[in-house]
Amino acid sequence: MFGFSLRPRKAASANTAKERLQILLAHERSGSGGARPDCLPQLQREILDVIRRHMQIGDEAIDIRMERGDELSSLEINIEFPGKLGVN
Amino acid sequence: MSKDLTLEEPLGKVIVVTSGKGGVGKTTTSAAVGAELARRGHKTVVIDFDVGLRNLDMIMGCERRVVFDFINVIQGDAKLKQALIRDRRLENLAVLPTSQTRDKDALTKAGVEKVLDELRKEFDYIICDSPAGIERGAQMAMHFADEAIVVTNPEVSSVRDSDRVLGLLNSITDRAGKTGAEPVKAQVLITRHDKSRVDSGEMMTVEDVLEVLAVPLLGIIPESKAVLRASNLGVPVVLDDPSAAAAAYEDAVGRLIGEQIEMRIAADPRRGLLQRLFRRAV
Ligand SMILES: Nc1ncnc2c1ncn2[C@@H]1O[C@H](COP(=O)(O)OP(=O)(O)OP(=O)(O)O)[C@@H](O)[C@H]1O
Ligand SMILES: [Mg+2]
Repeated sequence: MFGFSLRPRKAASANTAKERLQILLAHERSGSGGARPDCLPQLQREILDVIRRHMQIGDEAIDIRMERGDELSSLEINIEFPGKLGVN
Repeated sequence: MSKDLTLEEPLGKVIVVTSGKGGVGKTTTSAAVGAELARRGHKTVVIDFDVGLRNLDMIMGCERRVVFDFINVIQGDAKLKQALIRDRRLENLAVLPTSQTRDKDALTKAGVEKVLDELRKEFDYIICDSPAGIERGAQMAMHFADEAIVVTNPEVSSVRDSDRVLGLLNSITDRAGKTGAEPVKAQVLITRHDKSRVDSGEMMTVEDVLEVLAVPLLGIIPESKAVLRASNLGVPVVLDDPSAAAAAYEDAVGRLIGEQIEMRIAADPRRGLLQRLFRRAV
């Protein structure tokens, strides 16, 4: 610690490491809350199926992004479709 | 979904980061080299071949964003574009994470080839972070390589394993098997070099290592506290505060892309009182 005493104080990097691990491992262990990685391919297929009942889209039209958080995680699903079809 | 506006063909060069021995610095190197290439404007993707022991995502700091992985792509459960994680710091950088739950048998030669062929069409550099060992996983990571960075610590078992890896690069790879193809271009990267221990005769010198391995030297990365710090933060060491290790990786990347950069042996500043006072100047 003393070696760093002359630099502007930064949060010790070890704390960041611990926090990152806690968040990641909590998600890996619980596998709950629908955020389980293994369920995502299936989720993707099912979303595609539902959309396809209404419009024609390809396999690549869906893009799922996730951000695991401490309290909250988010799943962002983007679907691209030809503009001329329009939506309701 | 942004359209690719660059009209030039990407370089599409596959570089494996391999070592044989475990824990010598392959993942640290893959992250640093990938980030430095991207910072220099080259479209770069780093792939984690260490199936079952996913770590590259942690070192790159994108572990919270993994959705699909390399194995999902190989098995047709996701498209490549859906599995690639775009770096938030550098627009030219992407990571292809591996699976945490599967094993190395999930990698097939045909599957790996297909993914790499697709990546060659989009990226200039494709960095393959190999698992330790010389078996299936490591062989998959090196099979389609154009070049290899053989990460070696100046220590007997690491050098010995590097020699075995160099042998494999010359015998089992795609380039080794194709008549008329240039062999894989292999270079040694000496990491965790501890100058004070080399000077005191405890640790082999760079010359010693090169004499034994007889391949060109890509760079010398010093043992550095900055590496642990960067891994704690999830930042490739070249993107964190300036350090001896970061400077050494920057030089190594310069050489990798053909620049003539004089070899230098860097080290973290010693912690004398004066150095402590002038730490920032070093
Ligand atoms: N130049 C360095 N200075 C100090 N520590 C280092 C350096 N390079 C790597 N390390 C440390 O060595 C350990 C192993 O590094 P890393 O994970 O990159 O090795 P690896 O070869 O990928 O390991 P594995 O074979 O398990 O995949 C890590 O704790 C890392 O922080
Ligand atoms: Mg590793």
